[in-house]
Amino acid sequence: MSAASTSAITGWGRANATRAALHHVASRAEITSLIGGEGNYIARGLGRAYGDAAQCAGGAVIDLTGLEEIIDFDTATGVVRCEAGCSLDTLSRFSVPRGWFIPVTPGTAYVTIGGAIAADVHGKNHHREGSLGSYLREIVLLAPDGEHHCSRESEPDLFLATIGGMGMTGVIVEATLSLMPIESAYISVDTERTGDIEATMAALASGDSRYRYSVAWVDATQRGRHLGRSVITSGDHTPAGALNEITRHSPLLYDPRQRLRVPYTPPSSLVTPTTQRAFNELWFRRAPAQREAELTRLNTFFYPLDMLGSWNRLYGPKGFTQYQFVVPFGHESLVRGAIESLQRAGAPASLVVLKRFGAGGPSPLSFPMPGWTLALDIPLGAPELAETLDDLDERIAEVGGRIYLAKDGRLRPELVGQMYPRLEEFRAVCRRVDPEGRIASDLSRRIDLLGSKGHAEQRKRT
Amino acid sequence: MNDVTGMPQTAVVIGGGSEIACSTMRALARRRLTHVALIGRAGASLEEAAEELRGEGLNVEVLLHDVTEIAAGTEVAERARELLGSIDLVLVAAGFLGEADLNVIDDVIVARTIATNFTGPAALMTTFAKLLSQQGYGRIVVLSSVAGVRVRKANFVYGSAKAGLDGFAQGLDDALVGSGVSVMIVRPGFVHSKMTRGLSAAPLATTPEAVAGDILRGLEAQAMVVWSPAKLQWLFHVLIHLPRRIWRMLPG
Ligand SMILES: Cc1cc2nc3c(=O)[nH]c(=O)nc-3n(C[C@H](O)[C@H](O)[C@H](O)COP(=O)(O)OP(=O)(O)OC[C@H]3O[C@@H](n4cnc5c(N)ncnc54)[C@H](O)[C@@H]3O)c2cc1C
Repeated sequence: MSAASTSAITGWGRANATRAALHHVASRAEITSLIGGEGNYIARGLGRAYGDAAQCAGGAVIDLTGLEEIIDFDTATGVVRCEAGCSLDTLSRFSVPRGWFIPVTPGTAYVTIGGAIAADVHGKNHHREGSLGSYLREIVLLAPDGEHHCSRESEPDLFLATIGGMGMTGVIVEATLSLMPIESAYISVDTERTGDIEATMAALASGDSRYRYSVAWVDATQRGRHLGRSVITSGDHTPAGALNEITRHSPLLYDPRQRLRVPYTPPSSLVTPTTQRAFNELWFRRAPAQREAELTRLNTFFYPLDMLGSWNRLYGPKGFTQYQFVVPFGHESLVRGAIESLQRAGAPASLVVLKRFGAGGPSPLSFPMPGWTLALDIPLGAPELAETLDDLDERIAEVGGRIYLAKDGRLRPELVGQMYPRLEEFRAVCRRVDPEGRIASDLSRRIDLLGSKGHAEQRKRT
Repeated sequence: MNDVTGMPQTAVVIGGGSEIACSTMRALARRRLTHVALIGRAGASLEEAAEELRGEGLNVEVLLHDVTEIAAGTEVAERARELLGSIDLVLVAAGFLGEADLNVIDDVIVARTIATNFTGPAALMTTFAKLLSQQGYGRIVVLSSVAGVRVRKANFVYGSAKAGLDGFAQGLDDALVGSGVSVMIVRPGFVHSKMTRGLSAAPLATTPEAVAGDILRGLEAQAMVVWSPAKLQWLFHVLIHLPRRIWRMLPG
């Protein structure tokens, strides 16, 4: 049997802990025997979802990080097959020296492949290259009704529902992905500073199509004239020919180190309005007003936060949340609106990222859609935060936008169908593979992802 | 499920006729609350509360039960869980002021006052705490009172029961660490309500609506203790140090 302990579990935001039996599984057989038992369960990777997606109060949480083997790799085509608990960090340490890189990466390397698929993660290249699902060829899924090998050809509806499906279709145990060839472990980065949110959006709108990667870090602590001043970083993989003398020696060296680690949770949050302002000021000042083609290591460009281990502890015992939404083009004013609403509520965001999405993918529950996406890290505890975010949800849903479930900890169930119009299609697949409703997460229960509340009421009425 | 800002979707009220509880449920209905079970003694207050909350669009269940009947507690708790599916929040609001005039009270009255304000709620709270522990999550909110922070002559039977309840709730919260369940204690001052009708208001008097607002803010702030109004905390910092000889001369 797998090692199980009963623990209070949270997401990356370190709030709203619930208790479940935590199973660190070391083999597929263990997973099969667990899901052959009774009670609710959910898969968990590295716990980087900010909210309650990988929690299952009163049930079982199946931790996949013990299944992390890279099973095979084709050096000619860059197709890799690995276990779902393999992290992007592990994968890159293996593939980058061989000249291959994950074609879509989130802002941290400490996510598992399974978790990245379950959230259909997007990266700084979404405007050109879409989300991770586009590069996924096949998965092995242990669902309540048995084992499925699915792809675009075999059980395509289950394949697509699993991409972005937040673990609700079963436990992904293996994935086959196409990697992207690279000539170096460097990115040539252009940096530009902008004076306010409108200038930031104008610069992204006119400039991001020229770059593979592009994102704006937004200072949301500034009010008035400088509201939304930003540092925009854009870039592409450095070709071997463009390396300098130092980097030419080992062009594919990839060995990121964690520099520091927050050793324990301080008794109260270190993220206060004053430190938020100071941090944002420093970040803004540190960036050059304009610079071109700076050679930057892959990990420095993609994973700046990974250098500080357990940085989520800085938010103290109350934790924090991330609010990430997307609104279609034409509704730009909501970006400024969100920043201002939070400032007015006395809950300014500490770390804010803005980017433009390109076309959405074919998965029913995938988050990205064409438009603007804003992600805001917000300390919890401010008395008007619940109401402010509820109001923002409404405004976002009204214009056809949506909230990213991998970050969510508080969305109301009523709005989910409006935000994800293909929800019923997703539910139909879930019901097929999990007719008894064994799979459940705190997220799925909170936002009624499976529509089970509706069913229970129908049952009562009939 | 509770969300990350502390807002519940389902709730149980112990002492379903309480005005503070009713105001709190109304305020929660504006956020996430959809389903509530009111536990209380049959009577006009309970009926009125249920009607009012139905008017807010809530799905309301009424469970007739007297908190002093300890033996029936487990059954009513189980019933509440069946009806709600899972319980996000339990608000402990049972209580009554009673008398403190030595010419009026006797052994029976004292025992009943303490049973309604302390032993009854503490027993049922224990049953719910275990239930929530099994669920792996949940929040218990206990209406204590400043009357229990320092007991005074004017309401010493009620005050001492609340002192017991307050201490019990603190200990219970500590015992629940790591279970996914936590307890928040609310210490209102003088609240204009049915319970205090006819009494002259103490300084910093408040209303059921204001206490409800403070409870919601406390849930969001993940508070362990909420004073309502907040200023009472500083006032009582001073008052608890007054010598007894002076304290007992306070009016009312
Ligand atoms: C600093 C930081 C930056 C981030 N940047 C981005 C970003 O740029 N873009 C982006 O899209 N996301 C981003 N994220 C979010 C993150 O990529 C997702 O939350 C991802 O799902 C986390 O993966 P995990 O392995 O930690 O999964 P967990 O958090 O453990 O789980 C997340 C979800 O995946 C499911 N899941 C996990 N493993 C499996 C499995 N084997 N089978 C089935 N379901 C599974 C869980 O049930 C849960 O629903 C960021 C997160 C952090 C902390």
